Amino acid sequence: MSRPSVLSSSIAVFQKDLRSEWRTRTAVSALLLFAFAVLILVGYAVGPANISREDRPVVHSVLLWIVIFFSAMTGLSRVFVHEEESGTAAALRLSAPSAAIYLGKLLANLALLALVLLFVVPLFLALMSFSIACWPLFLLVLLLGSIGLAAASTFTAAIVSKASAKGAMFAVLAIPLLLPPLVAAVSGTRIAATESGIAAGLDILQLLLAYDGVVTTAAFLLFDAVFRE
Amino acid sequence: MGGLRILLQWFLGLVMVVIIWGAFLWARAAANFVGQSSRIVFFHVPQAWVAFLAFLVAAIHSGLYLKNRRIENDEAAAGAARLGIVFCVLATITGSIFAKVMWNSYWNWDPRETSIVLLLLVYGAYLGLRGAVEEPERRATLSAAYALAAFVTVPFLMFAVPRLYSSLHPDTVINARGKVEMSTDIRVVFFSSIAAFTALFFWLYSLDRKVSRIVREAARRQEQEFAA
Repeated sequence: MSRPSVLSSSIAVFQKDLRSEWRTRTAVSALLLFAFAVLILVGYAVGPANISREDRPVVHSVLLWIVIFFSAMTGLSRVFVHEEESGTAAALRLSAPSAAIYLGKLLANLALLALVLLFVVPLFLALMSFSIACWPLFLLVLLLGSIGLAAASTFTAAIVSKASAKGAMFAVLAIPLLLPPLVAAVSGTRIAATESGIAAGLDILQLLLAYDGVVTTAAFLLFDAVFRE
Repeated sequence: MGGLRILLQWFLGLVMVVIIWGAFLWARAAANFVGQSSRIVFFHVPQAWVAFLAFLVAAIHSGLYLKNRRIENDEAAAGAARLGIVFCVLATITGSIFAKVMWNSYWNWDPRETSIVLLLLVYGAYLGLRGAVEEPERRATLSAAYALAAFVTVPFLMFAVPRLYSSLHPDTVINARGKVEMSTDIRVVFFSSIAAFTALFFWLYSLDRKVSRIVREAARRQEQEFAA
């Protein structure tokens, strides 16, 4: 029997995660409920009417990423924390190479995050009357921003799953790694709300793309040491 | 070794005294700065430099730990991070005092202020992680992996932030024109201070190494006695 390739085993890990998530729907419901609660709070407290028209792009782009970031912090650590808590991490380690596990978990977190974005972004735009001037830029910032978010937090999740005080440590460890792409994504969103051409946001896209590449590579290389521990 | 060490220690102390004297009495205050505020450069910049240097040393030892799995490397990385956080706090405070004098506000979210806060966050998270793992080898592996991941992601902020806020910070030591624009007296004190702070860091660091060697040796002896 030939050994399965890294890609096919990572897809197997991804499918396994989707299936076990579908059975309980814990992470999905935690993420969506949290996102919904924050949206209600933000929409009620800030709303579209309380800010002047020229301040809207700045305030709204920050609030949108705060909602996305903290929703991610409530659910994305589950991929590894759950494996450690239910004692299945050792079996997972035996059944697939580390690279495939990281990739599979990253895909699972990306799927989760995509679901959150599909839920949060339209609601946010509607609740806050946040109008986007350049949709391609906005969508690209969302895509590249969430890839960076998922790549760094999947790696951080692997670290905290082996530590105590997992919930608190996850945000503490993830924030320093995620501050650069979040700052870039916020300003990219602001540019997408004010400028109609994509050219104004090109350097932001470059930065996000470079970050995604670097953080995924670093996580890929360091993951083996963390997960075998 | 011991004699030379003591000699060097006293020499460093003497140099530090001369630098403090030079910074306040010999070098002139630079033009374009409010009052005497430019003198803080002799202390603030070396502290910030040491904070980054400590971060680099911690990252190198983290990489060595993952390669060789020697607990000494882990202790060295943690020691450098602990010293780094001290110098990072000092650089933040001195920078903030300068900002108040120069721009009339303790905090402006200047790119450099933002990056030093991020560095503080990284050190804090790193030491927090060390506190959250009981078993030494696991702690070493996890914190080494985290330190390396932070080492590659933190520099992105240096590129992200200047696009958002324009910098009020004075030119870096070697400016965009590629020249050191300082008068000779300021330059002499400034670069001696950088050298002295670097030496101070390595002296403190060697003390920290010594302490952890002693602690490890003591623990080993205790174990032996317990076994006997």
